[in-house]
Amino acid sequence: MSLVSYEEALASYDPVMGLEVHVELGTKTKMFCGCSTELGAEPNSQTCPTCLGLPGSLPVVNAVGVESAVRIGLALNCEIAEWCRFARKNYFYPDMPKNFQTSQYDEPIAFNGYLDVQLEDGEVFRVEIERAHMEEDTGKSTHVGGATGRIHGAEYSLLDYNRAGIPLIEIVTKPIEGAGHRAPEVAKAYVAELRELIKALGVSEARMDKGQMRCDVNLSLRPNGTTAFGTRSETKNVNSLRSVERAARFEIQRHATVLTDGGTIVQETRHFHEEDGSTTAGRIKDNAEDYRYFPEPDLVPVAPAREWVEELRAALPELPRVRRARLQAEWGLSDKDMQSVLNAGAVEPISETIAAGAPADQARKWWMGELARRANETGTELSEQPITPAQVARVCALVAEGKLNDKLARQVIEGVLAGEGEPDDVVAKRGLAVVSDDSALGAAVDQAIADNPDVAAKIRDGKVQAVGALVGAVMKTTRGQADAARVKDLILERLAA
Amino acid sequence: MTELIKYTAAETATAIAKGEVTAVEVAQAHLDRIDAVDKKVNAFLHVDREGALAAARAVDAKRASGAELGPLAGVPLALKDVFTTEGIPTTCGSKILEGWVPPYDATLTKRLKGADVVILGKTNMDEFAMGSSTENSAYGPTGNPWDLTRIPGGSGGGSAAALAAFEAPLAIGTDTGGSIRQPGAVTGTVGVKPTYGSVSRYGLVAFSSSLDQGGPCARTVLDTALLHEVIAGHDPLDSTSVDAPVPDVVAAAKMRDVRGMRIGVVKEFAGEGYQAGVMQRFEESVELLRELGAEVVEVSCPSFTLAMPAYYLIAPSEASSNLARFDAMRYGLRVGDDGTRSAEQVTALTREAGFGAEVKRRIILGTYALSSGYYDAYYGSAQKVRTLISRDFDAAFAGVDVLVSPTTPTTAFRLGERTDDPLAMYLADLCTIPSNLAGNAAMSLPCGLAPEDNLPVGLQIIAPAMADDRLYRVGGAVEAALNDKWGHALLEEAPAL
Repeated sequence: MSLVSYEEALASYDPVMGLEVHVELGTKTKMFCGCSTELGAEPNSQTCPTCLGLPGSLPVVNAVGVESAVRIGLALNCEIAEWCRFARKNYFYPDMPKNFQTSQYDEPIAFNGYLDVQLEDGEVFRVEIERAHMEEDTGKSTHVGGATGRIHGAEYSLLDYNRAGIPLIEIVTKPIEGAGHRAPEVAKAYVAELRELIKALGVSEARMDKGQMRCDVNLSLRPNGTTAFGTRSETKNVNSLRSVERAARFEIQRHATVLTDGGTIVQETRHFHEEDGSTTAGRIKDNAEDYRYFPEPDLVPVAPAREWVEELRAALPELPRVRRARLQAEWGLSDKDMQSVLNAGAVEPISETIAAGAPADQARKWWMGELARRANETGTELSEQPITPAQVARVCALVAEGKLNDKLARQVIEGVLAGEGEPDDVVAKRGLAVVSDDSALGAAVDQAIADNPDVAAKIRDGKVQAVGALVGAVMKTTRGQADAARVKDLILERLAA
Repeated sequence: MTELIKYTAAETATAIAKGEVTAVEVAQAHLDRIDAVDKKVNAFLHVDREGALAAARAVDAKRASGAELGPLAGVPLALKDVFTTEGIPTTCGSKILEGWVPPYDATLTKRLKGADVVILGKTNMDEFAMGSSTENSAYGPTGNPWDLTRIPGGSGGGSAAALAAFEAPLAIGTDTGGSIRQPGAVTGTVGVKPTYGSVSRYGLVAFSSSLDQGGPCARTVLDTALLHEVIAGHDPLDSTSVDAPVPDVVAAAKMRDVRGMRIGVVKEFAGEGYQAGVMQRFEESVELLRELGAEVVEVSCPSFTLAMPAYYLIAPSEASSNLARFDAMRYGLRVGDDGTRSAEQVTALTREAGFGAEVKRRIILGTYALSSGYYDAYYGSAQKVRTLISRDFDAAFAGVDVLVSPTTPTTAFRLGERTDDPLAMYLADLCTIPSNLAGNAAMSLPCGLAPEDNLPVGLQIIAPAMADDRLYRVGGAVEAALNDKWGHALLEEAPAL
């Protein structure tokens, strides 16, 4: 099926989105039992009667989980429920130990908020938040055999319940309307801003690549100028910022293609494919799907005391938007320069590089230059580059100490990215230190003067600015490793007579 | 040593403490009794001979070391097979859990062990505690020791029959709609449903979480109180556990004085369906209380007529969710796993084969009642009725200290008599259900034999939540007065097995 172009789609249709983001909290223990939440442990080693759903076991609410939920709610400008309950969401699936998920239904802990997100041109778009609620994660199924890695067609499945019961906060937006052609950009910016917020709160590392933050993109189209919502698709588990944007964009085109052909959109889940940015059909999701929610009788209601909520509100950390304004001032950037830093996803890398000792302009130079270019070329996030802010800071330090010049520093960065080790390792292995030893440089300088008598004559005659040509020649013969300032001095000394 | 089995728990503990008998001798006497009669009675699903004797030896060693013994140290107990016991099978009377050996002890099990109570084994019950006759056990019915062709009540028929057959002086039951009190009534034994939340549900395999309550069973009011004291108390592993001191039930049981107490007779628990002999013994008990110096008034609780339908919506709804975990994935029965079937098919085949008819009936009922579009009419309305019933109790307790009624409308019916008529079976719990819905405390104790069939009649006493001591005060006084009148305990009239 060939898709109508994005521009064509938007010429006729108005997209409406709903974003559901699941955040795994970074609590030490699970939501309803004392098991560890550490990632990467031996399968099923972090389980107990409660998170395995053994007969007779009972849940106990993790107080830190509730606190995190309230803080997220407050940071999203939500109202915090005075009284709310957990509810059981009933459905059968082998990775769900009790065959119901302890979640919240019509009484979420936080509701009615908003998050202002800044788009690439600096425009601020307000995304309204429907609710944020607490729930538990399921176990993890690995379907072995079969072509798709999905349960259908698999020979057998392996179940790991280490993840079962890890606290999740599900954050659901109200329908996002009025974004028009910027809908995919809004989706990406929203998830990015939310991720920054979650990290600033310290409630989760929010690593999308590790599944600590997962996004479902619900999207529908309606003919331009109309108000009723069209049928939506739910693209599940979109796990990078870029993918969120691509998934929204693809679904806009796909819906438009179907609708333009006179077809109807099926209400279904969709799987997103990283390789080509497409989605394919998952489960049909008609409204008859019935989770038989009812209040969880094994837990007592959660009633966050107002004084406690106010204490938490007062203790919220500096939120990302405020912080960004502060950093812009500290780094001395214009609105335009700051916007480029934001668009490149460079705020964190730069600020961490500065924290590791680098000057602001140097840190920004590397992340916005060499590294941004590379991220762009490989279609990856800046923060995903295989170099740490500490390593970049070390390169800056070597330059400041005069041990590297700009050109060499670039090679060191290359080396680190290529997995050759720490900056100092790369310097040693590639033999990249600046040569400023006069005896080593002397021969090259003499040679350059001998090779370029006309230039040498000009300098002797007082045309000192011509020295650049001789410096260039020396740099060429020393393959860039010479200390250019020293070379210049040596040439001028020799030609001073 | 056969006489040892006739001792009360209090007498047994005293004899052991004084060194008149060893705990091992006591345990052995009861094991011998089980060997002698349990083929006929079928009270036990599993007898833990070695465990019981080991526990008894530990008590004897403890005494020999000079350590102080608790009030029930060395006393044998029959544990309803719905509480988890580490290393000992727990089936809940169901095929679906056949062979499951829990890896953990219920809090109640731990408390019993901590008090040096000797657990003889696990007792028969209606499957997942759903029933009033123990005929729904997948392992065959239990006989009533008064007449083996009659039901011992249910769901805790095994525990009650074990007491009446002198196989154990103490037993544990659970009461969701009357499963402690109704078996107590029809076997001439004592049973208490404590205030909801006062005995931990951690490790009690859930039937209906908001109604289930473990409780003590014995042949005397004092023994019941001694056991109550051991098992009640706050448990951080059960979120619905009450964090308040347990009333002094033992002192209350010893008081034997009801002068000045105000006692309400519930008007609605009489009329059509109530056996004449049951009403006669009940009215005599009321008269006795008056003679003992209590003030008796009639009270009306009009919402109680709605208790039965509300119960049969709430309990099955919660059960449908609680029993979803039995899916053949992690423990228990697995049917049809021949490598050709999907997990979904194996789950379906296992549940088809593993659950009995009554359990399936209730799962279907509950699934229906929670379905979207029906929730408000069924589960929602039932919760409203629950509130009305609580208000009726509140109003009644504003004027009286306790309420009294017959425990059951009839004496023990014949095995098989009501198995084809679920609604007739449900009527056995008519008088007991309101207390479960309101979460208050209630006791059944023997008040004589019905003249027409010479079978035990139970007197129910109901007290407000957290006033469990009032049950023991009234029960203790009634028991003493009746024993005086008869010249012996009622159970002495039971036929020899």
